[in-house]
Amino acid sequence: METAVVQTKKGIWSGGRSPFNVSYGKLMMWYFLLSDSFTFGAFLISYGMIRFSSNYWVDHNHVFSSFPGIEGNAPLAFVSLMTFILIFSSVTMVLAVHEGKKMNKKGVQKWLFFTILGGLAFLSCQAIEWTHLLTSTHPVLVDGHLEYWNTTTSHNPWGPRVMYEGGLVGTPGPVAFGGYFFGITGFHGFHVSVGVLLLIITLINTSNNVFQNRGHYEMVEKIGLYWHFVDLVWVFVFLVFYLI
Amino acid sequence: MTNEEALQQHSQVTQGAAIAVHADHHHKQSFITKYIFSTDHKMISRQFLVTGIIWAVIGGFFSVVFRMQLGFPDQTFPWLETIFGKWAEGGRISQDLYYTLVTMHGTILVFFVLTAGLSGTFSNFLIPLQIGARDMAAPFVNMLSYWFFFAASIVMFSSLFVSTGGSSVGWTFYPPLSALGEAAEGAKAGMDLWLISIFLFIVSQLLGGLNYVATIINMRTKGMFMTRLPLTIWSFMFTAILGILTFPVLLSAVVLLMFDRHLGTSFFLSDIVINGKILPNEGGSPVLFQHLFWFLGHPEVYIVALPAMGITSEVVSTNSRKPIFGYMAMVGSFFAITTLSMIVWAHHMFVSGMNPFLGSVFTLFTLLIAVPSAIKVFNWLTTMWRGNIIFTPAMLFSIGFVSLFISGGLTGIWLGNATIDIHIHDTYFNIAHFHLVMGVASMFGMFSGIYHWFPKMFGRFMNKTLGYIHFWITIICAYLIFWPMHYQGIAGMPRRYFDYSNWESFKMFEGLNTFISIAAIVAFIAQFLFIFNFFYSIYKGRKVTEENKNPWKSTTLEWSTPALPGHGNWPGEIPEVHRWPYDYSKGDRDFIPQTEPIGADEGEH
Repeated sequence: METAVVQTKKGIWSGGRSPFNVSYGKLMMWYFLLSDSFTFGAFLISYGMIRFSSNYWVDHNHVFSSFPGIEGNAPLAFVSLMTFILIFSSVTMVLAVHEGKKMNKKGVQKWLFFTILGGLAFLSCQAIEWTHLLTSTHPVLVDGHLEYWNTTTSHNPWGPRVMYEGGLVGTPGPVAFGGYFFGITGFHGFHVSVGVLLLIITLINTSNNVFQNRGHYEMVEKIGLYWHFVDLVWVFVFLVFYLI
Repeated sequence: MTNEEALQQHSQVTQGAAIAVHADHHHKQSFITKYIFSTDHKMISRQFLVTGIIWAVIGGFFSVVFRMQLGFPDQTFPWLETIFGKWAEGGRISQDLYYTLVTMHGTILVFFVLTAGLSGTFSNFLIPLQIGARDMAAPFVNMLSYWFFFAASIVMFSSLFVSTGGSSVGWTFYPPLSALGEAAEGAKAGMDLWLISIFLFIVSQLLGGLNYVATIINMRTKGMFMTRLPLTIWSFMFTAILGILTFPVLLSAVVLLMFDRHLGTSFFLSDIVINGKILPNEGGSPVLFQHLFWFLGHPEVYIVALPAMGITSEVVSTNSRKPIFGYMAMVGSFFAITTLSMIVWAHHMFVSGMNPFLGSVFTLFTLLIAVPSAIKVFNWLTTMWRGNIIFTPAMLFSIGFVSLFISGGLTGIWLGNATIDIHIHDTYFNIAHFHLVMGVASMFGMFSGIYHWFPKMFGRFMNKTLGYIHFWITIICAYLIFWPMHYQGIAGMPRRYFDYSNWESFKMFEGLNTFISIAAIVAFIAQFLFIFNFFYSIYKGRKVTEENKNPWKSTTLEWSTPALPGHGNWPGEIPEVHRWPYDYSKGDRDFIPQTEPIGADEGEH
């Protein structure tokens, strides 16, 4: 076959290389995130379907109106803080990736540390918010008498408010609220926890010169993709549970 | 460091390692690293295959048991009591066991055999070999994929042994039945284990699917343009993409259902009275569950069917000694099927009480799928047309696949119409349709693949004569079982009934039911011909020699490896590809391997 004219066509799809100039690991991470977005999408669409088929939904300004130390007069203040923390941890993540591209181990360590801190702060805030919802009770008018309900997957004190003995009290609201709220924010919190765990492992590996020896910090980039995705999901969760 | 450098370095590292592994043939590899926790894609593929075969025997046996109930409702079989104990007192299975058997038959066959056993086996085996890669992109993740499947298998198998029995709510596990342990024995602990098993299975599918797609996109050898990929690889890629996009939605449904079962939520439950007790759940929607389930459930039938189509394309072309007819049309129809399959799910829900307007939309999309499906059938037939057909067992099973796919596909046009579906929904017509088009047909695709690639997998041949007998009994029985079911279904005979003798209108089918059951038992027994052939040939079959290492005279890359390739697949460099994979009967050559450069006097296909 030596005499045959060998025509070799070239192109990004010609094989022997990655058509998108990305490693298989990043490609898999992108596809994983695509897949995960369908899980969250299914949750959020289910939530939307149930919410809009209900006659009444809770008033988010009313439900989320407390800040540690302030009871009832700070609508959405706490969740704004949480959101800020999480978005800020995305910024520190970007900086970690940036330092990684410059092969600056010290910089990667510093910004990974702050990202982990941000993640843990977010999770702590979520724990406080959950505890507050699950433990604080509210007067609810049930069958003509007052009961004190907390917010759980089976009890919702945030129904339309009515006058009772000279004061405004709640009525039983749609129970689906608790299920979806705890279900979806919980699933998101689970993702953040996994992210924090991955970041800690990455930080340990960075400190042990694993990536320095490998010659690149791509692992930091891959975890970064995941971390940004989790933040992006939170933006949607924030939108549909707290703003709309 | 730039991306390219990082990438290059990575590939150097992995390829170097693979070559080193191969160069040292006698390096120490313990039994455990070679056969159990292996990262070699070929070993993982064989693990998927053997696990799939074991599950197929269990799932098939279950269908035999419930067919015996349907075919011989008045008779008792004492050996059933020996096996099932209190579930078959006096030799007749209980109603609970009947439902467990049909549920497990569906679950096992759809998920464990036709998803893991089919695409798990052949994606793993063929992707690196046919695109020219040393292994999967992430071999360790690939190994995890199998072990998650194994864990899912163990949990599912153990669920059969809990005192309240395995899940008995149907493979579609609709709530409220599946959400309420009070509702049925089979909705108690067995259902929890079932859900855990499916959860593990979804993880396995995700890990596998990510690997398949990343490998096909990134790891093709030099010259392997996407348009030079064998159709098997295209089918595996679309299968993997479908799995990546739809299994996560099933995951959502599984998670929400778990919450409904154990955390008192009301995602799928509303206003239910059970045993005179009013449940506090309200506001949930069982129809929502059906949407979530069928968003996976429908693409799932294509996850099952696409690999069989890919295998058939390859086998038909090779054994007709002709190029595949309409290569790009095949790729295009794979794409069309993949896309359309994600927007037709509600045709399973025409009678669920959803908005009837949706019915017309989903009818439209459903009928549109007939177009790419028909293109594929047309192309298989035209590939065989005037070909120099070699009737190997693999070829027979591929032709069988085409036949079953046509027979079952035509009734899909009936069921896809909302108006007709309302009449025949949930009848035996439906059972006949989906068993022919995706159940038995995909089994045929799988058999075809096994007979065809067995020499590459195990370095030995399967027995041909046994293969022919296996084929003819199986295809005759497949039609004898499912053809009559169409008539039962049109007459209104509903599925999932334990005993029809109470209904005057179905008494006329008593004889037919017995007939179907006998055919089912014969079909099941015939499969042992295959199983014997399979395991016997692994150890005692005729050996593949280096001179005869391309027994079917195929063009594709996997046959350019040594007769029994080691980890790393090619001893030297990975061959470069110069042409598409279907240069059969070109000029005066019978076939031209993909590795051969295009000659001066020939054009590219």
